[in-house]
Amino acid sequence: MEASKVIHAIYTDDDVLMSAVKRVKAEKHHIEEVYTPFPVHGLDKAMGLEPTRIAIASFIYGCIGLTVAITMMNFIMIEDWPQNIGGKPSFSYIENMPAFVPIMFELTVFFAAHLMVITFYLRSRMWPFKKAENPDPRTTDDHFLMEIAVHGNEKELESLLKETGAVELNFVDKEAH
Amino acid sequence: MYTFSNKLKTVSIALMIIGALGVVYGFMTSHKSFEEVETILAEEASHHGGGHGEEAAHGTSHDTHAAEAAHGEGHGDSAESHVDEHTKHVEHVRHQIANRPWSAVYVAAFFFFMIALGVLAFYAIQFAAQAGWSPVLFRIMEAITAYVLPGALIVLGIAVASGTIGHYNIFVWMDPEVVEHDKLIQGKSGWLNLGGFIIRGLIFIAGWSLYRHFARKFSLAQDNADVNDNRNFKKSFRIAAGFLVFYIYTESMMSWDWIMSVDPHWFSTLFGWYVFASMFVSGITVIALITMYLKSKDLLPFVNDSHLHDLAKFMFAISIFWTYLWFSQFMLIWYSNIPEEVTYFVTRFADYKLPFLGMVVMNFVFPLLVLMNSDYKRIPWFVVMAGIVILCGHYIDVFNMIMPATVGDRWFIGIPELSAIMFFAGLFIFIVFTALTKAPLLAKGNPFIKESEHFHY
Repeated sequence: MEASKVIHAIYTDDDVLMSAVKRVKAEKHHIEEVYTPFPVHGLDKAMGLEPTRIAIASFIYGCIGLTVAITMMNFIMIEDWPQNIGGKPSFSYIENMPAFVPIMFELTVFFAAHLMVITFYLRSRMWPFKKAENPDPRTTDDHFLMEIAVHGNEKELESLLKETGAVELNFVDKEAH
Repeated sequence: MYTFSNKLKTVSIALMIIGALGVVYGFMTSHKSFEEVETILAEEASHHGGGHGEEAAHGTSHDTHAAEAAHGEGHGDSAESHVDEHTKHVEHVRHQIANRPWSAVYVAAFFFFMIALGVLAFYAIQFAAQAGWSPVLFRIMEAITAYVLPGALIVLGIAVASGTIGHYNIFVWMDPEVVEHDKLIQGKSGWLNLGGFIIRGLIFIAGWSLYRHFARKFSLAQDNADVNDNRNFKKSFRIAAGFLVFYIYTESMMSWDWIMSVDPHWFSTLFGWYVFASMFVSGITVIALITMYLKSKDLLPFVNDSHLHDLAKFMFAISIFWTYLWFSQFMLIWYSNIPEEVTYFVTRFADYKLPFLGMVVMNFVFPLLVLMNSDYKRIPWFVVMAGIVILCGHYIDVFNMIMPATVGDRWFIGIPELSAIMFFAGLFIFIVFTALTKAPLLAKGNPFIKESEHFHY
């Protein structure tokens, strides 16, 4: 991406931010990103982001976990070292299945949860030793920041954003990354 | 104000009339003479054909033996003659056939009552949690809970009638002759006796109905109160919290009394929870179904997709919760394999394989797959379909809890069962929709009503 000029509009309230996002979208400006200290309900819809596909990923991870559990218990308890526990000899997976259900359940949840979190981090471009993309540390505390691309329309944007209740406006030359 | 449409009223009355006729028919055909039962058994044995006949007869007598033991009728002498054995078997089957219409009515009565009680608990939780999403649905919940009092009285009435005017057709421990020969029931007679059963039942019903009465009263009073006057809401909040404590104890004891005691030798410590999960999910499903029905008539402009979405989420979640409890109960008993306990599941696997395993598919696998996707929870016909399957599944759940103890392998979902369902469905619709006409469909005085109207996901 070539170097580009952006404007950072800072807000102090999530409701004000929401209406500002709607207003800016209505005026057909491109919002690059919004940084918030906490998830703002409905912001993704207002920004026109695509719906998340993490649910599908999570379902697939769950299925993988279930398969791993079945294969693992079948190998451990039936094939490799069958034992007679409580008068129930382990000769058949299906007949001993009730005993394995808790493991099947737990591994399904384990795989779905952990892989989903890891996927979410990677998809959000977060990994160890990564330099924070966050342009202003105040957005981790109590401020909201909207980043809009500028294409020679500084004046127009400035007045629009002021109207929407921005408390601060900064023009920034963004480095290519 | 809602007006009970004539069409629906006719449907509910027709259901009651047809159902009542079927129930009467069920009772009239259930009294067989000794010879008739003998013929039935002989016919059944011959149906299996030649070589199988003996095996089948053998199998049946085995079953009977097990069932008899479960009934606490005792084995008697091992030196008993064959003739005695035969007479006993025929008598036993005759009794089971006579039990069927009683059990059919009882199962259906309990099923519809538990829907109303589940909704009452759900309603109280909304108040205790000061939920902001649900107040637009309060009038629907209040209407459903109108069935708690009549429904519970009917269930208790049938139970008591079976032990007084009937021939101990549902609860064997009500039969003094059985208790006389049964050490285990004698040991439990401090709890399991008719007087205690009636008194406890009346206390439960009084507590639930009192809460229902005052919650409804405060809800209506809040509608007419000043905007800044939340006293009625606060009172409702307080009694809801108190009721929930009362409810979880009495619901548990009710499930021992009204359901678990049909197998007086058997017990399960999480039975109360298990029945609770069943009534909770059925109740929430009925809230969703009635909401969608009224919405389709354009009577609920303030209910949006997100409310439906939340109800469907509850249906999904509580279905899984039900499965968790069902499986927890099953697995521990299966694993430990203690004869007194495991007989419960042995009879169900031997004689009730289809309803017992079918119910797990209907109550778990189906809602899990159908309601998992977020978007599907907002499509009314999808939720209706899932809801109907869940309700049928939980009817079968109650069926599986009662029938094995009363009719053994003589079960079928035929005229007595279906007409009992129709009768109580008609009564339920009649009472619930009559209650709906008594107040505006929006609880406009609730302090959270604005939040609820603007609720979005």
